[in-house]
Amino acid sequence: MINIFEVNETNEMIEKENLDVRTITMGISLLDCISDDINVLTDNIYKKITSSAKDLVKVGKDIEKEFGIPIVNKRISVTPAALVGGSACRKPEDFVQIALIMDKAAKECGVNFIGGYSALVSKGMTEADEMFLKSIPAALAATDRVCSSVNLGSTKTGINMDAVRIMGDMIVKTAELTKEADSLGCAKLVVFCNAPDDNPFMAGAFHGVTEAERVIHVGVSGPGVVKTALEKVRGENFEVLCETIKKTAFKVTRVGQLVAKEASARLGVPFGIVDLSLAPTPAIGDSVADILCEIGLEKAGAPGTTAALALLNDQVKKGGVMASSYVGGLSGAFIPVSEDQGMIDAVEAGALTIEKLEAMTCVCSVGLDMIAIPGDTKATTISGIIADELAIGMVNQKTTAVRIIPVIGKGVGENVEFGGLLGHAPIMSVNNFSCDAFVNRGGRIPAPIHSFKN
Amino acid sequence: MKKTIITVVGHDGVGIIAKICTYLANNNINIEDISQTIVHGYFNMMMVTDMNAASKPIGDISSELEQIGEEIGVIVRCQREEIFDSMHRI
Repeated sequence: MINIFEVNETNEMIEKENLDVRTITMGISLLDCISDDINVLTDNIYKKITSSAKDLVKVGKDIEKEFGIPIVNKRISVTPAALVGGSACRKPEDFVQIALIMDKAAKECGVNFIGGYSALVSKGMTEADEMFLKSIPAALAATDRVCSSVNLGSTKTGINMDAVRIMGDMIVKTAELTKEADSLGCAKLVVFCNAPDDNPFMAGAFHGVTEAERVIHVGVSGPGVVKTALEKVRGENFEVLCETIKKTAFKVTRVGQLVAKEASARLGVPFGIVDLSLAPTPAIGDSVADILCEIGLEKAGAPGTTAALALLNDQVKKGGVMASSYVGGLSGAFIPVSEDQGMIDAVEAGALTIEKLEAMTCVCSVGLDMIAIPGDTKATTISGIIADELAIGMVNQKTTAVRIIPVIGKGVGENVEFGGLLGHAPIMSVNNFSCDAFVNRGGRIPAPIHSFKN
Repeated sequence: MKKTIITVVGHDGVGIIAKICTYLANNNINIEDISQTIVHGYFNMMMVTDMNAASKPIGDISSELEQIGEEIGVIVRCQREEIFDSMHRI
């Protein structure tokens, strides 16, 4: 039987070390909503989402209460809107109607974000896809809870540079349309290489076309738990360090697995995956950067950071895979800047630059995430940053992403406040040497040689 | 059958266990095991209980126990055993 020390350990993780389940995300297929009439389509979407997820928030709260574990977010992801709307939408404004109905459905269900205002254009774009990309700024400006993502490349297809160029423009347009709120729209827009179909985390969650009718994914977290565990092994060698991370990741993930199975059973929706992630929040003690410091760095960004992050990411996966029957999504350490107080401190101290963050993304689960840059950054420069990041994902056969916020009216040295889980960030400087001629070539970058495995 | 773990943490005092146990008895909850210890100078108690015949749903019991804890100055938590099992047992 369970003993008092084990019970205390679990409860200390929850109370003092910010252990929580970061999100229960219900994926909902909208493929059966398709119509060539925009009004019929939006009606179908609203009905499908609100009937599928009507109990999601309540069930999440019940589980929180019964197990005593906080479940921070309850969210919804849907089939990429570019696919669902392809038949009904004749102009970008029609796609915005889909965003508005998604927003309305999210509010009705009581979830804080809905993902899936998305397109998959890793190789080419249909006419509808291109219209969809151009609708993103207006859609994000007109809604509160809708998150948008676009898959621009993959190891199998290469990188769609036409779409990369368009998305550079769209990020700047989104920033301009939401400039009253410090360009907040860009915090809800992410571009990917190798986007996973079953990611429960925002802004990149969408319900892939390979998924079932409905599915429950769970994202776990717990940077504070790992940090506290590592405090007890200061000065020990790497073997001890790695064992400690693995054991901790195992425990954290087991809680995620339990919550996922429970939510799945109560909602009558199949369990999809647990995403084993170390997802930081701006709360003190809930930072991935602090783990890197505990491993032995003065600040995140110091020499050794990439190696420390590689080790951390790998051990989190090794500990986590055994704890869950199905692992998926992004699964690894997240390194968003604005959502991690330790990262913010490192940037303010001059220890961390965009170039170092780019190196770090080679070995961790996501990419350049929640980075505020000067509002006058050129669209082609943003496209260049995206292309670099996507190339890392394409060649290394991993997911990479860019969620970057050109804050209109602000420059390097100033701060931006997004609020809540999105946090705050110092504006980081960008290398402004031109890449115009590169970005404007047009076409696509071919898939790398090692993708030809057939 | 499913078990529920009740934990009480706080400064020691007269009548803490009595108050909790009275509540449990009034709600038809059986106590199967009690253990206690002092951690960092704090009174620390754990009860394993069977709530299958309880007169209320576990969510309500959890809220009411929390409230009783507040009244007597200790933290009372009521959680289903599975969260501990999943974390500490393979």
